[in-house]
Amino acid sequence: MAVTEPKKSITDTKPIDPAIYREMGLNDQEYERIVEVLGRHPTYTEVGMYAVMWSEHCGYKYSRPILKLFKRYKEAIEGAGLENAGVIDIGDGWGIAMKMESHNHPSAVEPFQGAATGVGGILRDIFTMGARPIACLDSLRFGKLDNARNRYLFEHVVSGIAFYGNCVGVPTVGGEVCFEDCYTGNCLVNAMAVGLMRHEDIAYARASGPGNSVMLVGSRTGRDGIHGATFASVELSEESESRKSNVQMGDPFTEKLLIEATLEALKTGRIVGIQDMGAAGITCSTCETAAKAGTGMRINIRKVPLRETGMSAYEIMLSESQERMLAIVEKGHEEEVAAVFNKWGLNAVVIGEVTDDGLVHVYDGDELVAQVPAKSLADEAPTYYLETEEPEYLKSVQNYDLASLPEPDDYNEVLLKLISVPNIASKQWVYEQYDHMVQTNTVVLPGSDAAVLRIRGTKKAIGIVTDCNARYCYLDPFVGAQIAVAEAARNLACCGARPLGVTDCLNFGNPEKPEAFWQFKKAVEGMAQACEFFDAPVVSGNVSFYNETPEMAIYPTPVVGMLGLIDDVEKRCTAGFKNEGDVIVLISGWRTDGETAPVCELESLGGSEYLNTIHGLTVGRPPLLDMKREKRVHEAVIKAIKNGLLNSAHDCADGGLAITLAESCIIGMVGAKVSLLSNCAPAAALFAETQSRVVVSLAKANLGALREIADELNVECTVLGHVGGDRLEICVNDVEVVSASIEEINDRWRNAIPRAMEADSGAF
Amino acid sequence: MTMKFGVIQFPGSNCDQDAYFAVRDILKQPVEYIWHQSASVDGFDCIILPGGFSYGDYLRTGAIAKFSPVMSAVREFADNGGLVIGICNGFQILCEAGLLPGALIPNIGLRFICRYVSVRVENSTSNFTNLCRKGQVLRIPIAHHGGNYYCDPETLAALEDNDRVLLRYCDENGDITDEANPNGSLNNIAGILNERGNVAGMMPHPERAVESMLGSEDGLYILKSIVERLV
Repeated sequence: MAVTEPKKSITDTKPIDPAIYREMGLNDQEYERIVEVLGRHPTYTEVGMYAVMWSEHCGYKYSRPILKLFKRYKEAIEGAGLENAGVIDIGDGWGIAMKMESHNHPSAVEPFQGAATGVGGILRDIFTMGARPIACLDSLRFGKLDNARNRYLFEHVVSGIAFYGNCVGVPTVGGEVCFEDCYTGNCLVNAMAVGLMRHEDIAYARASGPGNSVMLVGSRTGRDGIHGATFASVELSEESESRKSNVQMGDPFTEKLLIEATLEALKTGRIVGIQDMGAAGITCSTCETAAKAGTGMRINIRKVPLRETGMSAYEIMLSESQERMLAIVEKGHEEEVAAVFNKWGLNAVVIGEVTDDGLVHVYDGDELVAQVPAKSLADEAPTYYLETEEPEYLKSVQNYDLASLPEPDDYNEVLLKLISVPNIASKQWVYEQYDHMVQTNTVVLPGSDAAVLRIRGTKKAIGIVTDCNARYCYLDPFVGAQIAVAEAARNLACCGARPLGVTDCLNFGNPEKPEAFWQFKKAVEGMAQACEFFDAPVVSGNVSFYNETPEMAIYPTPVVGMLGLIDDVEKRCTAGFKNEGDVIVLISGWRTDGETAPVCELESLGGSEYLNTIHGLTVGRPPLLDMKREKRVHEAVIKAIKNGLLNSAHDCADGGLAITLAESCIIGMVGAKVSLLSNCAPAAALFAETQSRVVVSLAKANLGALREIADELNVECTVLGHVGGDRLEICVNDVEVVSASIEEINDRWRNAIPRAMEADSGAF
Repeated sequence: MTMKFGVIQFPGSNCDQDAYFAVRDILKQPVEYIWHQSASVDGFDCIILPGGFSYGDYLRTGAIAKFSPVMSAVREFADNGGLVIGICNGFQILCEAGLLPGALIPNIGLRFICRYVSVRVENSTSNFTNLCRKGQVLRIPIAHHGGNYYCDPETLAALEDNDRVLLRYCDENGDITDEANPNGSLNNIAGILNERGNVAGMMPHPERAVESMLGSEDGLYILKSIVERLV
């Protein structure tokens, strides 16, 4: 019987109908560029591959020039690659891999699966590097909860995260939840994962060694999620509901098996390269691993285990079915590797081999359906230098006259109102749905300034936190992004941790609009500068554009995920007051003795929760940030914790000093009596969100030692009062303005979100 | 003298390592993992069925795990008087396998709950609680979606009348109240014994409460009781 030799190259292709490639997200110039690269018209499968790889989501075609502001990112893409750059050394031979990624658009359409697969995807990013996932955090943003659709999205996003994270056995230890009108219709779901590894165990996403086998492991491939990456690169609209087939389905049980099997298989030493399959599925993993190694690849998509019949080459190449990995295995050792995956009940099949010609050849049986240079897909997405323009709204919101606002009549009522705003209220309703203790390393549970995990077998612990005040970024993206970094570091300091590195998730509107791109550029500039200043390099990250609906764009939301290190796990601190009689002290970067200009607290009301909740305004400028002062405060707090002086430390942020005090009381279930001096009206003294401040409590006997540290580091150390009783009482300039029982404050704080969620949900 | 623990690994178990570390590092007893396809559990003194999502909890929690080859061996081990403790998903599996009576149904409220709870020791002479005082309140975390203990009235009477309720959800003072019941369990039941007293199931996770830095050491009362009995 004659055997027909498979074709070696593609010829006689016809032009693709512009309507088809435009529908896939390519413009006419980009299509021309593909024709130029290939020297012919592309096949249908090839157009699909380029469309998805050259989307902003995969190709960073708009953001790349700006992201080079991140020093380590720039060095990595020009040098040793992103894998090594993504591992943070914590000593003793251990490294931490961490990354954050958005799943905004899928979650806006199908919140449960959208959020669940967001968690699954980011976990694969971690264990594909050879690290065992040890923690997840989720930074979530929704419209306000008086809207039924927002409640629906919130409920289902949280349960999707719980469904996935709880089952895979990785604790969800922290994150944020914020509510703001601008996220109605375009919620933000940013999932972060953290992994622990021995440095020598790092795995690379490289298809090295021509002749080696290309194996597909994990789940079967179906039609779910085709063109998810392209979907992420357009604005949401009425039609988005019909995009539900773009949303992937998660199977956390398979993911759990995949984690164990992958880490075990890597131990065989026979896997030379491995990459998870996320956006753009087989297309992305084959061309990226080949491009990184400078090799090519020949695969036959008919060897791919399928879960549906009749799938075309195009569909198989672009499917974003979850829980799959591409492994490059030393020739002759395929069975050894497959045996590990089979032990865990998973598929592991050879779908092709590494070649030395730089081309990705895709066969559908005997038919050659795609043959493209790997590098052209992976590294040569067109780069655009987009225009920027300062948005018009900025001047008017920034110049708002805050002095014209009336003082409230009843500060007690304001405090109780603010403590019940879902942005400030307890997030217990959220984190109790997450298993935050599995793996038994969580030594500071959710509800404090940052999560702390001990590193088993060492004395060390890591602190992890996510942060972003998007109102500040709306009012000034440069300063707002800097504050996000500063506050993350401050949160870590309150646990006793010094910062080591940052992962980010940059959520913005449509970059093709000059105002949105201006916000993006300014925020990245601010973040890059702050990260360098706080010695916390950006080691990984993700950009999410097109967070817009026809009604509005989101506030610029550059979320910071920061890792910190505590040298001795026994020397850690939490936010709640502990002991009756302890002294309450404000450690502040702003000296009030005239040595430096005292910060005007009135101006620090800009962008505050107080302005938003009490006056219905988001105006002014973000509070002033002086990074040198900020850093001195961190150093003082860390040193005081290290020396065992403090019983609590809590950062002053949303809601200002009064809310910080109230939170420390509630968490410790004990009262406090405090007296403040101020050069402006009580509202500002109580609720202004002045930066670089931390409220600590300590035994009176330790006060002298704390003052010494404060003097040495040139920070202000003001005794505010003491812990005790069952009420929070605050005087401003000797007039009592707040007096409320801890029981009442606690009830408002703890039950605000459950009560909002119990509201009749009605139609959405 | 030492006693050898075995921690069963079903596909989807995720508290297996926590149980393993608690036994090895805190109890300082020998411990090994047992793969779900093992046909034998010979040589072990106590078998732990750990928490997690065996087989993804698909179909029903524990419903598939009971067919694992190792479960026949566990049944035989229990029939011969060996000590078996199921924690969380392990408890669910023991109920599905018929080694313990009743069932764990979805929590009232239908949400996953992870938090520290108080449980009162109802039987302080069992193989699993002999280091406790009767009425002692233990602080141990729960983390489950289906921990709502349910059984028929006859079974409930048999459990109550024969001191087979091991632990009950209570408030911090030890009072058994509706508010202290996190999941809707009958009679606030958090843990039970089989008739013979050698098989126990509990929803709270003792292996998560074995070091003060984790928030509580009360889980050690359970784990050390087992060692006490074995030695």
